[in-house]
Amino acid sequence: MRRLIYFLLAFVIWIFLTWPFTNDRINNIQIVVAGLIASIIVAVLFQEVLPPEHHIFISPKRIVWFLLYIPVFFYYVLKANLDVVYRALHPQMPIKPGIVKIKTSLKSESAITALANSITLTPGTLTVDLTDDGYLYIHWINVQSDDIEKATQIIAQKFEYFLERIFEEP
Amino acid sequence: MNDIIGYILITIGILFDIFGCIGLVRFPDVYNRLQASTKCVTLGTILLLMGVALASNDGATASKALVCAVFILITSPTGAHAIARGAYASGVPLWENSVVDKYAEKGGQSTDLTSQ
Repeated sequence: MRRLIYFLLAFVIWIFLTWPFTNDRINNIQIVVAGLIASIIVAVLFQEVLPPEHHIFISPKRIVWFLLYIPVFFYYVLKANLDVVYRALHPQMPIKPGIVKIKTSLKSESAITALANSITLTPGTLTVDLTDDGYLYIHWINVQSDDIEKATQIIAQKFEYFLERIFEEP
Repeated sequence: MNDIIGYILITIGILFDIFGCIGLVRFPDVYNRLQASTKCVTLGTILLLMGVALASNDGATASKALVCAVFILITSPTGAHAIARGAYASGVPLWENSVVDKYAEKGGQSTDLTSQ
């Protein structure tokens, strides 16, 4: 099952990359066959390396939550960018940087990876490190609170709500 | 119509890239500079690629541009994370006016470097 899903994923990306099919039929068949072989090799060889949460690709509920997550994420990304632009262009450079610690309630590796990447791309925060027991160290360009709970609330909660539903809820 | 939206997106993307570079020059230490470079440059480049996808009016170019945008969205924060952690592990100090450093209590040494 897992192999099949990753095979399809790799194959779809291959089709996207080789999109302009020519009128030459033999050439087209060559492209598709090469893609099939490469995708099979990837799916068979790398199935241990790829994330185990393959069920997110076949569950409609999770896909809907993911599609809802995209506009929310883009809103925060845009806000983060305007914030950083403001700080970069302001003559006095109003920054108050520091590294804070937050705790996440997410469990699976993929969800924490997505959370760390989301945090890095959004309001003035950058993930520096994370521990095995669910703590993340965040570099914050404008520290509002160095308390673990409060910082978690400000930085991570808005993403956790979605990521929990995408990756974790049974 | 598509061209116009595409060109507007390209313009905004280039502006964000420029602001990101200004931030890169002005901010005081590695970590703040990473903030400027990852956020602004990621969004700027993605907007550029989306603009290209719209302005090209060509399914082939558009699909490639969108695949590139997704890859940048995934790899750019991961790269920034690796640089920040590497910088801290090799002893690059925070800016002198930084207000708090919770990472120091861990000694900046990651516990899971070997176990992974």
